[in-house]
Amino acid sequence: MSTLRKEISNGSFCGGIDVDSPLRHFSGATRTTNTNGFAHDLLEISMGPHHPSTHGVFRMDVIVDGEEIVQLKPVFGYLHRNHEKLAEKNSYLGIIPYTDRLDYICSMTNNWAYVLAVEKLSGFQATERAEYIRVIVSELTRLFNHACLVGFLLQDMGALGTPLMYAFREREKILDLFESLTGSRMMCNYMRFGGVRCDLPEGWLDEAKKVVSDYPGFIDQFEALITGNEILLARSQGVGVLSRELAISAGVTGPMLRASGVNYDIRKTDKYGIYSRFNFRVPLGDHGDVFDRYMIRVLEMRESLKILEQALNQIPAGPIIDPKAKNRGLRPKAGEVYSRIESPKGELGFHIISDGSASPYRLHIRPPSLINLTILEDMCLGQTIADAVIILGSVDIVLGEVDR
Amino acid sequence: MHTLEEIKNLVEQNVPGAVVQIVPNANPALAGSLLLDSKSATDVAEYLRDVAELKFDLCSNVTGIDWPSKEVKTKIKKLVDGVEKEVEEITKTPAFLEVVYHLYSTVLVHGPLALRMRTIDRAENNRVPSLTLVWRSCELQEREVYDLFGVVFEGHPDLRRLLMWDEFKHHPMRKDYVPPVDEGDAVEVSA
Amino acid sequence: MKFNFQGAGIVRGFVETARNFLGSYYDPERLTTVEYPERKLALPENVRTVPFLVYDHDMSGLRCTACKICEQECPAACIKIIKDTVKKSDYLGKSQFQPQVFDIDIAVCMSCGICAEVCPFDSIKMDQVYELATQDRFAPLILHKEQLGKSNAYFHAIHPTDAVETDSLRDEAKRKAETKAAADAAAKAAAAVKPKPEISTTANSQSVGTSATANVEKAVAT
Repeated sequence: MSTLRKEISNGSFCGGIDVDSPLRHFSGATRTTNTNGFAHDLLEISMGPHHPSTHGVFRMDVIVDGEEIVQLKPVFGYLHRNHEKLAEKNSYLGIIPYTDRLDYICSMTNNWAYVLAVEKLSGFQATERAEYIRVIVSELTRLFNHACLVGFLLQDMGALGTPLMYAFREREKILDLFESLTGSRMMCNYMRFGGVRCDLPEGWLDEAKKVVSDYPGFIDQFEALITGNEILLARSQGVGVLSRELAISAGVTGPMLRASGVNYDIRKTDKYGIYSRFNFRVPLGDHGDVFDRYMIRVLEMRESLKILEQALNQIPAGPIIDPKAKNRGLRPKAGEVYSRIESPKGELGFHIISDGSASPYRLHIRPPSLINLTILEDMCLGQTIADAVIILGSVDIVLGEVDR
Repeated sequence: MHTLEEIKNLVEQNVPGAVVQIVPNANPALAGSLLLDSKSATDVAEYLRDVAELKFDLCSNVTGIDWPSKEVKTKIKKLVDGVEKEVEEITKTPAFLEVVYHLYSTVLVHGPLALRMRTIDRAENNRVPSLTLVWRSCELQEREVYDLFGVVFEGHPDLRRLLMWDEFKHHPMRKDYVPPVDEGDAVEVSA
Repeated sequence: MKFNFQGAGIVRGFVETARNFLGSYYDPERLTTVEYPERKLALPENVRTVPFLVYDHDMSGLRCTACKICEQECPAACIKIIKDTVKKSDYLGKSQFQPQVFDIDIAVCMSCGICAEVCPFDSIKMDQVYELATQDRFAPLILHKEQLGKSNAYFHAIHPTDAVETDSLRDEAKRKAETKAAADAAAKAAAAVKPKPEISTTANSQSVGTSATANVEKAVAT
């Protein structure tokens, strides 16, 4: 055993390697032995917080034996603003713009998760038209979130620029829709208790229909560009495998859980909003590797398009907000609620406790990005640093939500 | 989905030594939760995860709540010098920290079932058993509760701060936490 | 296009890129960006950046009544209002408070638009300016009443739908107020007339009716 190894396992940020940690018994992952004949000198690398592959300010404390990862500890908190404490001082209405800033790519779904929780707490019901609008904007959000994710993932694999720019071009079309609807491209602040803030502007539905009908063309183009690419297949297949059992135990949700073959989509199981009215399928993977996670996103985009087509054609006229639902100065009855939706990244939940006053006694956000990172180390053990980068990329995190 | 009473009965019949209490929701229209006792919590959790009728295999959400002591004024009738009078009595509610787990089942597709655990007080006796070895998803979330509320999870394999830095002394989500004065606040808005 | 050899996927990707690149020479649809400072895209009507205060005619007609609702509701707490001790008369002729200080720290403002949403006096609205960078981080980013105040014509220019709706509501309220004022004045006049015993009640009510309508007509005409 070399001296370097001793130093690292005694000192350093994470207290050395703990092969016997009970956490490792979940996956059965242990350190594999390096048989290339070199002495097992270990090297500790601090990846991040300013590293382009960490998608924000996230740090991974990695210990490698040669190229092989023997330990990986994620370090959080660089973007911590404590939204939960802010919420305790804000009015129920004033929290909505803060939810935009959790997962700052998908503000619409964040709005919906929060608004749905408060609606359950105070017994409001969104109007029919508002429910359709919510489904439309949320599925549009899912479309561009997944497009961005596959773009970023390929960027991590070394496909610099092209796939990401193709994805961003499509995203921009949807953001234009959001801008003309809500006034802001990303920080939409659109949903309200009992409905939505403003009605669709004239001609918006036609523009949305055009974007939706053009979108399959983009997916085809994107798939022709990259899906069959041998480098992509070699880099992603069999990398970062997550078993079905571990995925469930680790609370992994969203596309990542489904890539491991678990049929669990909250749109289907909870049927929140009006999702039970739409005909769509839940794509499932069976290897649980990075490639499956990539394909799940592509397939989910196609399913979202199905929902959008139905919703855009069925949307009824009517009021956009329930006049009985109070927004300003809302004081829900004392009570406790946990409510969740299927956000593009997984299960986004809000746990709210009201004591009957104008701001929540306690508001907790269940961030899918954070919880999906629980098993990051298990997926990375025995892989290389370059693989760790794409495994992290395939998880789909946004640091605004991880650190809150 | 079983009712809370049914789950409580099932647990009490099948887990030896289990002490389970139903905590009603303040809003009767919403679901209540089960309060677990520190000693048997891990056994109960394992039972809930494994038993074929319930199969709560997905522990979706873990939260902490701070309940500092509150003064509650109640009016009671009392005999003062032989005359019945209405006297205001001030009682203090017990102070404790609470951890809430929300469970779902991916197999039977039901939930949520809320489990709660309470510490004895907010100072030294701030311990509850960790459920990380039952559901792996609790790992980071229990670390977060430890960080923000100061609940110590016994048996957690890697209990460190999650969001705040290691040298940070306080627990910012506690109700009595006083945030430091930001230098930016000193700048008067009106010039 | 079908390829069936090792590396075919890569070739297919190149074909796709080439098609897109060459296509951009003849299809303007494929050019997705504009050269920003020289060319600017037209903004949709709903676009919101930072708040501004609407006035009618000139700054003395500032609609704000210093009610402080926006200050309370602002999630980021970036609005500061100090009431003036001197009241002014608003468009309905009612005596209202006015702000002595109205500051918005746009470094803190997160452009959510809740202030505009809750304002009961149609005073605070969302602007569409976006080139707000300054060289100093503090003082220039605090906008005072003078910088915030903008004319109703400007409001019409940037949010035509909202402005037209607001104006019609305000005209309606004004008409109602004038009708009521006229009716009140007439009732007062009638009350003053009433004690005279020689005028019969029917004649009295008749005269009140005519004078009231005459007043309303006069008010509408002005």
